[in-house]
Amino acid sequence: MDNEKRKVWMRTLALSDRDDLRHFAGQFPGPEYSFLRAPEVGLVMIRGRISGDGAAFNLGEMTVSRCVVRTVTGLVGYGFVAGRSREHAELAAYFDAMLQDEKTGPELETKLIAPLESKLRTRRVEQDTATRTTAVDFFTLVRGEDGHE
Amino acid sequence: MYVAVKGGEKAIENAHQLLDAARRGSPDIPEISVKQIREQLSLAVDRVTSEGSLYDPDLAALAVKQAQGDLVEAIFLVRAYRTTLPRFGVSTPVETGKMRVQRRISSCFKELPGGQLLGPTFDYTHRLLDFQLLDCPEQAPAQASKEPLGQAPGQEAEQAPDDNLDAEGSSPMVTGLAPQDSRTADTLPLGEPGSKEMPSIAELLRGEGLIEEQQGHDGAPKDITRDPLTFPATRDQRLQSLARADEGFVLALGYSTQRGYGSMHPFAGEIRVGRVEVEIVPEELGFAVCIGEILLTECQMLGKYSGDTHRPAHFSQGYGLAFGNCERKAMSMALVDRALRHDEFGEDVKGPAQDQEFVLSHGDNVEASGFVQHLKLPHYVDFQAELEIVRRLRAAHAAKGQDDGEEGSL
Repeated sequence: MDNEKRKVWMRTLALSDRDDLRHFAGQFPGPEYSFLRAPEVGLVMIRGRISGDGAAFNLGEMTVSRCVVRTVTGLVGYGFVAGRSREHAELAAYFDAMLQDEKTGPELETKLIAPLESKLRTRRVEQDTATRTTAVDFFTLVRGEDGHE
Repeated sequence: MYVAVKGGEKAIENAHQLLDAARRGSPDIPEISVKQIREQLSLAVDRVTSEGSLYDPDLAALAVKQAQGDLVEAIFLVRAYRTTLPRFGVSTPVETGKMRVQRRISSCFKELPGGQLLGPTFDYTHRLLDFQLLDCPEQAPAQASKEPLGQAPGQEAEQAPDDNLDAEGSSPMVTGLAPQDSRTADTLPLGEPGSKEMPSIAELLRGEGLIEEQQGHDGAPKDITRDPLTFPATRDQRLQSLARADEGFVLALGYSTQRGYGSMHPFAGEIRVGRVEVEIVPEELGFAVCIGEILLTECQMLGKYSGDTHRPAHFSQGYGLAFGNCERKAMSMALVDRALRHDEFGEDVKGPAQDQEFVLSHGDNVEASGFVQHLKLPHYVDFQAELEIVRRLRAAHAAKGQDDGEEGSL
């Protein structure tokens, strides 16, 4: 399996809103599945680097939910998502399994991952556009010279 | 020493009921929701996140509500909750160089590559009370100029009660609404390949060898939540301890170094606030996956080091990193981190901020608050013993006075 592709969709599933995943789960009924690991909440210790690029240190923990499912078709899906939504972890694991399926995978990438990705991107562009309006433009500062526009 | 006492159950129960009522305030005023706290008191939430040492803004907001806005009590609640959860693992070190900044400034370079972005800041405000905020016209959510995708204004997604505080502007998905960005360096999301590069201040200075080299990338850092601090503490331990230390304490120590109880004349090389993605490497998968993103504040303080026989003059660094938008904390942390490195630069110890045992043993506000407040617990037996001693000493003093009186004074 292509790990690089899988990393991309797992990231998208983790960063997206749970409600969006729930919405899609209704749209794409898939195979039955059972839990290899029932959804559960725990912690991950977040590490930083000294001065941003030096040796690692432990910064503090965050809440994380995880879940592992196996579909009746034999695919194993993993969900690891920030926060305490067990449902989000389960949905992410379920879609991770479905996306690995050679039949349903490509369609899901177009109809699920692409729009989720696009929504994340829109949100980012909006935030960044707002941030950029606060850029300090030193070229507009003119000191003591009359007649400058 | 205090001893267990029995009784008082009824009084305690009633006190808790009064506490609930006090938290609720006047029933004529609408109750505040955790979401409102998370969104509208976000800096209080960020402080609880950072000093509670647990990144979960919903829980932090809940703690702020439960603690009636007492942030140290809220931090205590979050720390206590943390102990109930298993740890799944550790993240790969977050890459603040790839932060999607919402603020980024430097006091060192006017024209910083990538630009200076003020972001939402109190700086340059007049610090005058804004009386317009007094009036809060009937709570109608402000008509957002940009409605969330596929959501009518005011329509809220259904919330399940248990683990579902986490909806972030939750809106059902509508497909096929790709952004029509024009793909120039100024419109691409920040931190994405192709957008304006934002090298860190260290990267800018490193070319000329003007800044200290980083050492020791290898090895797992120590974890003070697993193995208690021992002295001398290593820099990774010190940073972990400072990151969760009380902001007021760290601020005062940082301030003390500026007033002469330390030996650095610092520059705020760079301050960044923004989001970074967190990755873990699950054993079962064997590759790194992104599990979400968190808001961080980072501060790089620079201080001149004049050099010695082995090293030419360069800038040394103090580092601050904190959960959430906590600029004052990150700056103070960077000052104290640098002060604690006095031995690396052969500096004289002139103040408490340079004494790691003093700094690291007293910065934790949960420990400090606990030890100060334990004085409220019954110390009846201790006090009886002290009382006896004081009475005996007084008797001895009086007897000695009589003796002196009989013998006459010199």
